[in-house]
Order: sequence, then structure tokens, then C-alpha cells
Amino acid sequence: MGDGAPPGHGLGVRVYALLAWTWLRAAAQYPVSMLLLALATAVVSALDMVAIMLMFAHATRIAGYTAPEVLFLYGTSTLSFAVADVLLGTAERLGRHIRMGTLDTMLVRPVSPLIQIATEDFSPRRLGKLLPGIAVLALVPPRLEADWTPGRVAMVPVLVASGVAIFAGLWVLTASVQFWLIEGHGATKAVTYGGAFLTQYPPTVFARDFVRGVTFAVPLAFVNWQPALYVLDRPDPLGLPAAFRFASPLVALLLCAPAAAAWRTGLRRYRSTGS
Amino acid sequence: MIEVEGVTKSFTVRRRTGRFRWSRTRVRAVDGVSFRVEPGEFVGYLGPNGAGKSTTIKMLTGILSPSSGTVRVCGLDPSRQRTALARRLGVVFGQRTTLWWDLPLRDSLTLVRHLYRVEAAAFRSRLAELSALLELEPFLDTPVRQLSLGQRMRGDLAAALLHDPRLLVLDEPTIGLDVVSKATVRAFLERLNTERGTTVLLTTHDLGDIERLCRRVMIVDRGRLAYDGGLAGLRDAVGADRQLVVDLARPAPPIALPGVQAVRVDGPRQWLRLPREANAAAVVAAVAERFEVVDIALRETDIEELVTRLYGRARDDRAAGR
Repeated sequence: MGDGAPPGHGLGVRVYALLAWTWLRAAAQYPVSMLLLALATAVVSALDMVAIMLMFAHATRIAGYTAPEVLFLYGTSTLSFAVADVLLGTAERLGRHIRMGTLDTMLVRPVSPLIQIATEDFSPRRLGKLLPGIAVLALVPPRLEADWTPGRVAMVPVLVASGVAIFAGLWVLTASVQFWLIEGHGATKAVTYGGAFLTQYPPTVFARDFVRGVTFAVPLAFVNWQPALYVLDRPDPLGLPAAFRFASPLVALLLCAPAAAAWRTGLRRYRSTGS
Repeated sequence: MIEVEGVTKSFTVRRRTGRFRWSRTRVRAVDGVSFRVEPGEFVGYLGPNGAGKSTTIKMLTGILSPSSGTVRVCGLDPSRQRTALARRLGVVFGQRTTLWWDLPLRDSLTLVRHLYRVEAAAFRSRLAELSALLELEPFLDTPVRQLSLGQRMRGDLAAALLHDPRLLVLDEPTIGLDVVSKATVRAFLERLNTERGTTVLLTTHDLGDIERLCRRVMIVDRGRLAYDGGLAGLRDAVGADRQLVVDLARPAPPIALPGVQAVRVDGPRQWLRLPREANAAAVVAAVAERFEVVDIALRETDIEELVTRLYGRARDDRAAGR
């Protein structure tokens, strides 16, 4: 197993699961506190959804999208982001581990430091983040006026999975920056949380050039906008080729590869400079 | 077990010299160090702050890659085969814990078990054994953040040894510990080495650790090995003298005998420096013949003094360009 093997590679998954499970079991010694924390996190995560509902109390359509359509976008984005956050959210602590010298203690263990950082404090609170996304995706799709062909049905899990991979790649990529700038955890949050906010709304809400910039600069559009256009059978506001709607898995791959490379390069740099 | 051959590690240090100007200098933290450690040895690695001890440890454990030279530990190249080496190696950092602050010690050890993929049955018997030797039982269920430094260190030792490594590397394991905790840790390490045959390499500032545990000492100063050998040899190497402390019946002028001189006089008490080859009994007899002696004591130069002198000498050698 290489230094930067992200979870999802061979043995990494097993170790990740064992470590996360040990943290969860430790938290389960206080079941009431565990449950309350998870619920509180779920409620806070659902606040964005409340904002969307409030907007639709005044209008039946926003930028041409109906309430179920916007909620569908919200649900897929939230779920993708939450899963990536649950799996890799603590990666942004890398800078702190470098400053405190605790990265050294991870490097003398036979498991990738990324897995060790990511599973740290794996608490049920994190799992609370999954609830709003799951709830919305369970309730909203039947209310969409979409033509549920097998292709569209299959697109939903593909869309969520690609979104997870894209956000996970972004977490790792921006965390890796901290190997060079150890105060960089602000940058991590701006890209990831900002991205999550953006994709909860339909692309037409934002200015055209901004959307184009986002599509190509940070491939967040592929988290759900493009594939959702296919599911909802909508024209692309930018008039991009229809093939883009199926490109999410490819974009995820194209992002995860440099993310893994950045992590490895950063770690190699750390091991030659010690800072 | 450990083979280090001509290892150098240099860092680039950036220093601000003007408002926008930086100067870069290469600093050699470790400078052409070579040594071997055989299986079953107990080696102390000693040196002042900034001498290159920690950098050496980091290169041995695969945290840092050397700038030049070769390192082999347990037959592996630490910088290339870090994870494979980690399975055969136990590492303890005295300055920071490898445990998790918020978890009870027992859960921390369970995490360590998963990191090293120790089988459940092996884990149970190993934990029982370690907790008996290190007396962990009373605080196994206490969160690590609430442990005393001595308890935490014992917990860290257990964590480093769960997978039964052949080599244990300790970076200042007794730092900040009280006398009792130090004794517990030392007794444990001694037992580990003699009964289990585990090779131990420790860095320390505590010369008590060295005297009590190490059959071999390596002293590093400014990135270079200043001494490598037994503790007894250290006295010869530094040319340590012995001292004869003489209490006379009444104050007298400084004693001077052939080859022996008083180096300090305090009322009736005088300190005589004895060369290593001098016959102490003959000197005592000669002193007793000339003066009325109340009490007499022979003292070896203590290790602290030896080490201080050795650091000084290494520095002088460097200054002289040797």
C-alpha cells in the first residue's frame, strides 16, 4: 500500500472501516449524547433546505425550476457532500498535525496517514450530516415530473457516487496544499463548503460567466448540475454538448488522480524537509 | 538490525535579512554518521539539543529521507519501505503521545491493534502481558487526556509493543517523569531487552537512563558521532581523572605529591586530582604519612561531567579543523 492510497484502494477500506468502527463504539458508551449530537447535526445541515422551502413559499418556480426540482438538486448535492465530508472531512486538520508533530507519529505506523487523519474522531455526529440528503432523496424523486426511464433511475446513484468522488478529491487536493502552506485550512473550507452551497441551487440562478467558470475551473458543476439536467430532461443554459451530462464519473476520475498525486508529492516533500 | 552508512541530512533554512530579502543557508543536521546496531543490543544515543539526535531517529523510522548515505533497518530501506518497516518497529516519542487524547486507553490500544492488524487472540494475550508488566489495569478505561505523564508513557510503551516488534526506538522516553515512573519504565525496558531479546535504541538527556540501561553509548554532537562504545571506555576516551577527597584534622596548605595535586581547598577539606594510571592506595598512604587524616573518599568523575567534556572537545576539534 502506497503512502497516499486513498480510502477505496484495497486494504485501505478494511482498515478505514475498523478504525471508524472503533471510534463509533467508543462514542456509543454515551448513547443519549451520541443520539442528540447526531440529531443536532442533522437539524443544522437541514437549515439550507428550510431556506429553499421559504423561497418557494413566495414563488412556484425559481429560475424556471419547480420546488421538487430544486430539492432534487439540493438532495443530491447535500448527500454527495455529506458522504465525502463524513469520509474525509477531517483531512483539513493536516496542517495542525504538521505543526504539533503528530504527523510523525502517524508516519511510523503501517497505515496511510490520510486514513489515520480521516478516521480521527469518527463520531456519530458526522453521520447526522447524512440524514437530510437521504430524507430528501427518499421523498422528492416520486414527486418530480420526470420521465423515469431505467437510464434516469440509474443516473441518480451514479450522480451521487460521482459527486462523492469529486468532493472527496477536492478535500484531499486542498488538504494537500497544507503540506506547502500549513495555515491553509481556510482554503480547504472555502472550496468545499462553498462548492456545497453552490450546487444546492440551479445553475440559472447564477450569472452565465460565473457558471462557465465554475464548470471548467473547479469541476463542481459535474457534482450534480450536468447529470441532473439529464434526469430532469432540461436544456443546458450554456448549450453545452449533451455528452457532458454523462461525464461526471470521468470528471471524478480526472480530479481524484491529481488529488492522490498532490497528496503523495506533499508527503514526499514533508519527508525531505521535515516541515 | 540497524546499519547506517555515511548518512547526511541537510535542511535549507531561510533567514530574513532585509524587508524583502531572504538568505538561504544549507544546515547539516546530521553530517556523515555511520554505525551498526546488532540484534539484542541496548544502545543509548546521547547529545545536546540540536545535535541531530531526533533527525537521526526520524531517518531510522522512515519519517525523513536522508540527503545522502544509506540506512537499513531490519533489512529494509526506511524511506522507501516505510510501511513494511513500521510493522517490525516500535516507536515511542517522549514529547508527544501516539495515543488519542479523547479515547480511553483501552480504545486507543484497540485502534493500534487495527493499525497493525494484530489478531484478536494475540491482542488479548499481549495486552494482558503488557498490562501486568506496566501495571496498566487501574487506568485502562481512563481517557488518555486524564492520565498522568507516567501513566501515559506506560500506555505509549504498550501501544508501541502490541505488535511485538524486534526493534524498539525511543525518543526521550523518561523526559519529565518522576523518580518512581522513571524506575518503572527503566525496569520494563531492561526486562524487554534481556528476556525478550528486543533490540532497544533510546535517545535521552537523562544520564541515569544511560548508566542504568545502556551497554553501549553513542554520543552525537553537531551532527557527528563524537563517541561510540561502552560506558567504561567513555572514561578512558575522555581521559577522565579520579578525585581523592581528603578531610584533614586541621586546615593545611594545598597538598602536592609527585603526579598528584590539590585542585581545590576548602578549609580542612582538599580535592586531589588523580591521573587514571595512578595507584590510589599508594597516594592515600603517602597523604596519611604526611598529614593527620580524618576521612578519605575516592570519586569517579560522574558521567555528566564526562559528557560535558566530550561535547567541549568535539567543538575544539572542529574549531582546530581536525
